[in-house]
Amino acid sequence: MTALLRTEGIKKAYGGVQALNGATLEVAEGTVAGLIGPNGSGKTTLFNVITGYERADEGQVYFGGKAITNAAPDKVFATGIGRTFQLTRIFARLTVLENMLVAAQTKDQPRNVLSWFGKDAWTHHHRHAMDLLKFVGIERHANVLAGSLSYGQRKLLELAYVLVADPQVILLDEPAGGVNPTLINHITDRIRELNSQGKTFLIVEHNMEFVMGLCANITVLESGASVASGPPDIIRTNKRVLDAYLGADLEEDSDDDQ
Amino acid sequence: MAHQIYQAVADGILEGGVYALMAVGLTLIFGVLDIINIAQGVLVILGAYLSYSLSVHLHIDLFLGLLITVPAMFLIGVVIYWAFIRRLRGTERTSMTLLVTYAVALIVEGVLYKIYGANDVELTASYVTSSVHLLGFYLSYIYIYGFILAIVLIAALYALLYRTRFGRSVRATMQDETAARLVGIDVNRVAALTFGIGVAVTATGGMFYGATSGGFNPNSGYDLISRLLAIIILGGLGSIGGALAASVFMLLLESLVTIWSPNWAIVVFYAALVLVLVIRPTGFLGRKAVRAQ
Amino acid sequence: MNAEKSERALKHAALIVLVAAAIAFPKVFTNPAVTNYGVLAMIFVTVATAWNIFSGYSGYISLGHAVFYGSGAYALGIAARDWHVGGTTVFALLPLVAVVGAVIAVPVGLIALRVRRHTFIVITIAFFFIFQLMAFNFSFTGGSSGLNSPFLTWPASGYNTPFYYIALAFAIGAIAISWLVRRSRFGLQLRAIRDDEDRARGLGVRTMRVKLSAFILSGALTAMIGAVWFYYINQVAPQTGFDPLFDLTVVLMAFIGGYGSIAGPVLGALIIEPGTLWLNTQPQFSGGYLSEILLGGIFLLVVLFMPRGIIPTGGEWITRLRTRGRPAVVPAMAMDAASGAAASSGSGSATSGSESTTSVSSGGTR
Repeated sequence: MTALLRTEGIKKAYGGVQALNGATLEVAEGTVAGLIGPNGSGKTTLFNVITGYERADEGQVYFGGKAITNAAPDKVFATGIGRTFQLTRIFARLTVLENMLVAAQTKDQPRNVLSWFGKDAWTHHHRHAMDLLKFVGIERHANVLAGSLSYGQRKLLELAYVLVADPQVILLDEPAGGVNPTLINHITDRIRELNSQGKTFLIVEHNMEFVMGLCANITVLESGASVASGPPDIIRTNKRVLDAYLGADLEEDSDDDQ
Repeated sequence: MAHQIYQAVADGILEGGVYALMAVGLTLIFGVLDIINIAQGVLVILGAYLSYSLSVHLHIDLFLGLLITVPAMFLIGVVIYWAFIRRLRGTERTSMTLLVTYAVALIVEGVLYKIYGANDVELTASYVTSSVHLLGFYLSYIYIYGFILAIVLIAALYALLYRTRFGRSVRATMQDETAARLVGIDVNRVAALTFGIGVAVTATGGMFYGATSGGFNPNSGYDLISRLLAIIILGGLGSIGGALAASVFMLLLESLVTIWSPNWAIVVFYAALVLVLVIRPTGFLGRKAVRAQ
Repeated sequence: MNAEKSERALKHAALIVLVAAAIAFPKVFTNPAVTNYGVLAMIFVTVATAWNIFSGYSGYISLGHAVFYGSGAYALGIAARDWHVGGTTVFALLPLVAVVGAVIAVPVGLIALRVRRHTFIVITIAFFFIFQLMAFNFSFTGGSSGLNSPFLTWPASGYNTPFYYIALAFAIGAIAISWLVRRSRFGLQLRAIRDDEDRARGLGVRTMRVKLSAFILSGALTAMIGAVWFYYINQVAPQTGFDPLFDLTVVLMAFIGGYGSIAGPVLGALIIEPGTLWLNTQPQFSGGYLSEILLGGIFLLVVLFMPRGIIPTGGEWITRLRTRGRPAVVPAMAMDAASGAAASSGSGSATSGSESTTSVSSGGTR
């Protein structure tokens, strides 16, 4: 199986803090991969590096064999990698539909300035956007200001508009975070369905049930380095992983992991 | 000609000290509160007028008068923060506070007009006009005092920020307001006090400005704030050392250009700002740039 | 569905009435003192709307638009003087003035738009002062005495009226452009930039290009109306063409009416411009000091208590009064019965669709 997305030894420091210290992972095409680790292990930082929101000090990111390390976010987006954010980032003052359309318009750049103002180009995007909103289940709120959506609805909106550009790989940052069980099931279904259509996923999550149930391959990050990688069963019983989560020496650090 | 240049260099550096006094307060306020205090220019003028009133009506020496004007301006700063700025929240907070401080500036200017009228006034004292003749150059006493005071104040500020508990609270708030709150820092109090300090420093700047500007009136605030803004951006928003460096640099530049053409000197001031921003958007010693906004 | 249609029809009707009233205005009020208010009000409607096209939509507050206003005025003055143009043909120069505005906007925008929002504001102030000083220093701009406009051979009694219609035409044009921008793809990108620029860029929006285009458009419009203003009051000097209060007034107009909307700046201009003009005629306000204090005071009130503008906030207060006493959230049982019923206060409502399992409670931390 080819690794569609791959990182090799990523290192990143913020001032005195070494956020990433050799993060290596592989995501095979067409799989749902998981990325777990205790708080502060660098998961979101790794996402940021992959998608260009942060620069890596060392290491490489490969997409489909090509190095895309330190490319700007829009370039990464254009290569076919989409991502969501831990704290949902939506355009609060635009309507739900408009949020979708912002992501849509970049796919085909207009031929001339006038088409920017024209409504015809819109219809196709409109329909596509509404289809995606239906897919996640919030099409009723299409004309509501995104800022007034509930937390769960925002998560769904983020999922919807990461799909607008039809990316090959989708990075989800804590899609189940702070969300009720019914909604989690709903999201899991959506991910499975998209995966069956050929989309590759890399998911950061704390919710172990969610990750173990959904992901075929899981990488564990601890203090910025990859310490284990494999299918859920292996990871679940790996001593290194347990140490990472529970703290190697409970007596030594009383404020570990929190 | 060479002599002229050296004299201009000396003048520029010393004058930079005076401007540093005014700019440091502004950059401190920005660094801690993320606020661009447009009212700083007018507040300098207010400080100058206070010194003026003390000097002319109560015959108090300018330097002694500082003992009164500095605490007074501190209080005024705290009040301005508490009354107007504290409430501002939200994503567009920085733009909002800028507009609010602009509004406050207008009000203060209007009040000053009402009280003092539009005519130019000046702060005078024996040491204002006399100078020391050193190595063939004339160094005006007042400028020397101003420069020394600037160094002293900046050193004091550094000491305050890096050696005291209050200073630690200030720096913590600068870096991450939420985290600061979580460890029990009363962010509002820190903000109010910092704002007060930033404004209080202008009292000293005001006195020197009033003495060296060759006449000021309530309208002088505009010219002043635009220079100060240029200086702190050049030096890097939030950097105290940068404010000092930029003040000296800009005033030096202006002083040199004045030899060639007094009219264009001030334009060069702004042009330098624009040039630096093209090359290095964070200024000389600014904090790392974040992608726009 | 019918409620929507009739609401739209009502809006259209109201619009037509307003435009008709605006057109009839100088015919009804023939007193030149009154029509003077009209001319200046329309000029500022244009200014505020043009400002909003850039600053309101993108969220980058410009305190230097006087650069365009004054440059437009000066450009017209210089062209009219050097090319010996007079009379009504001067108006033919307006497209040229627009080009001047656009040309100025390019370097200014390229420099100013690369920095963070608050630095941007300061740079616009810096550019403002640069231009004002250039106007003072250069000889071709007439130095401190400025320029006089070419003489117009219109009858003194009817002098204001044609200017009113020209200004009105510009105002309507600006509003139309503002509306077109808002509903276009371009406008969507601008507004996304305002909400979350990094996210927008991450989605592939060419932020620099979009911001610069809006800046140029705004600048060209402002320059043109600045030229019209110059022609109307017959002269421009560095302090009047580049007046620091100008920018603050424009921002206040936009805020009072509702920052970022189309109608907002219009309403703000219609309230503030005649207001300030009238205040300046009152004896206790002459000399301008009290009006400054008042302006500052009003600004503080608006920003502190009604940050979204008087009109939107007023609208919200009215809505709150109307829905007083009604529960905000309808209980879940009733929800299932009346599927799709929206919560009364209009915020994001719960769905009870068949395939969707999203429920009223989102369950998580907000």
